[in-house]
Amino acid sequence: MSVPISYYLIVSATMFVIGVAGVMIRRNAIVVFMCIELMLNSVNLTLVAYSAAFGDLTGQMLVLFVMAVAAAEAAVGLAIVIALFRNKQTVDIDEINILKW
Amino acid sequence: MSAELLLFFFLAAVAVTTAVLMITRRNPVVSAVCLIGNFFALAGLYLLLRAQFLAVLQIIVYTGAIMVLVIFVIMLLNLGDERSLAERLNLRSTIGVVLSAGLLLELFVIIGARGASSIPASIHPQSEALGTVEEVGSALFGRFVLPFEITSLLLLVAIVGAVLLAKRRL
Repeated sequence: MSVPISYYLIVSATMFVIGVAGVMIRRNAIVVFMCIELMLNSVNLTLVAYSAAFGDLTGQMLVLFVMAVAAAEAAVGLAIVIALFRNKQTVDIDEINILKW
Repeated sequence: MSAELLLFFFLAAVAVTTAVLMITRRNPVVSAVCLIGNFFALAGLYLLLRAQFLAVLQIIVYTGAIMVLVIFVIMLLNLGDERSLAERLNLRSTIGVVLSAGLLLELFVIIGARGASSIPASIHPQSEALGTVEEVGSALFGRFVLPFEITSLLLLVAIVGAVLLAKRRL
């Protein structure tokens, strides 16, 4: 007996929600960044699961492009974190509020 | 219970546990190592879904490139156990946890309600040979060649942007 597709969707939903919770409760910018990576990966799992369920390669192609976008996002996001740290000497997102008011 | 189902439950447990550990550990290096464990579990789940090429790519791209970059930045900024970054439970965190629990409930209800009618029960027989390098490569350089080329443009923009943002003086 093979694994039902809905099990994969449940794992993916749980991981996505853990990522959302991490973004909302953590204050370290790098950990928030890693939570975003976790959310991207949980969506990738859904795409691969549906790709396997329907026997269609489009979902796996989409995962490839999500990986490319995640790599670009990692490079730019970490560069922003370095630039912020150079200016404010902190990565606490509660301290970085210059655009807030 | 078949071996595949057992393997699935093991990998799913590893994935969820490492994700929870990632958002609860104080030290960012420990969080990063937990996320790497999560990525390995995901690669195993991709293998169970017959996506061999994506499983290898997951390990090479995510754990090999992106997480090395993250850990490099953590080391560069020297963010050990900073007392100033001690996470405290306040009203905002409580609201965040409550909202996330609501979202989780909502997603489970959707999966449960739609599960019987629209989600296929198991893997399509055609997908056994779908995730090989041959199939993915011929699709990537056939039907998807335009998005593939645009991706290279995106990566070029990301390289230029990263250098521009992180460099002290151009």
